Amino acid sequence: MQIDWQNFTPLSALAGGATIGLAAGLCALLLGRVAGVSGILAGLAPPRPGDVGWRLAFVAGLLAAPLAFALAWPVAAPEFDASAATLVLAGLLVGFGARLGSGCTSGHGVCGLSRLSPRSAVATATFMGAALLTVFFVRHIVQ
Amino acid sequence: MNTPKRSFIPAFALGLLFGFGLCLSGMTQPTKVQGFLDVFGHWDPSLALVMGGAVAVGLVGFWLSRRLDQSLLGEPFKFPPESGVDGQLLIGSAIFGVGWGLSGVCPGPAIVNLALFGEKAVIFAAAMFGGMALEKLFALRARIRQVEEGN
Repeated sequence: MQIDWQNFTPLSALAGGATIGLAAGLCALLLGRVAGVSGILAGLAPPRPGDVGWRLAFVAGLLAAPLAFALAWPVAAPEFDASAATLVLAGLLVGFGARLGSGCTSGHGVCGLSRLSPRSAVATATFMGAALLTVFFVRHIVQ
Repeated sequence: MNTPKRSFIPAFALGLLFGFGLCLSGMTQPTKVQGFLDVFGHWDPSLALVMGGAVAVGLVGFWLSRRLDQSLLGEPFKFPPESGVDGQLLIGSAIFGVGWGLSGVCPGPAIVNLALFGEKAVIFAAAMFGGMALEKLFALRARIRQVEEGN
């Protein structure tokens, strides 16, 4: 292991993480809900009466975020190493897996760990492990 | 059961704050996420600090919520039950992890990046919605089969 000091951004990572945690904690306190993005999305289809508005509002907030961020700092366009074909496969796996496993990085990772949920800790360790192995395979075995 | 309209504006503000944190943390950048996952190459530890910062603050919020009978807006708490570890949790999380590693994108950043209208961001998000729909279809089929076997 070699630390990539050039790309390591400890301050913005901590500040951004604390902001995410603040949003997740306030979501629990104000709405009584877990701020899990895949779960919030999945609850929209099929829509259940009375359970749609807050989900749409949260997603609209996510979409507005880079525009708000751009008022303060430049927003870099996302760079993808993966090809379009790989992204189709990856997107299918992310959507399918997050639902089958009842959560993603936000639901199990941020909220689950904050709730001290053993189930979410196992899920987080599993998807972290699978992702590490995948990147190892793609970057150091295939290439 | 119904979430009243007074929760719409807070929900928008929470999504905005959450997305703002994602932008600030750098986690909307797929190559940065993969830089963290590449522990055997040039490792960028940033994501660990994002998680650490998020959980440190989140712990306080969820701890406080445990001392309340209902949410501050008067909603009942709707947290998922602690139902234990099963095959679905492990297999689903592993599948999600493979997709996350391949792309460097998870659902939160996928939505945030949609607002920037990049071609690849749109492709990924569309495939992700497809994957979610597929899972719903599989679950529905399994439930139908269960009902049929029950009869």
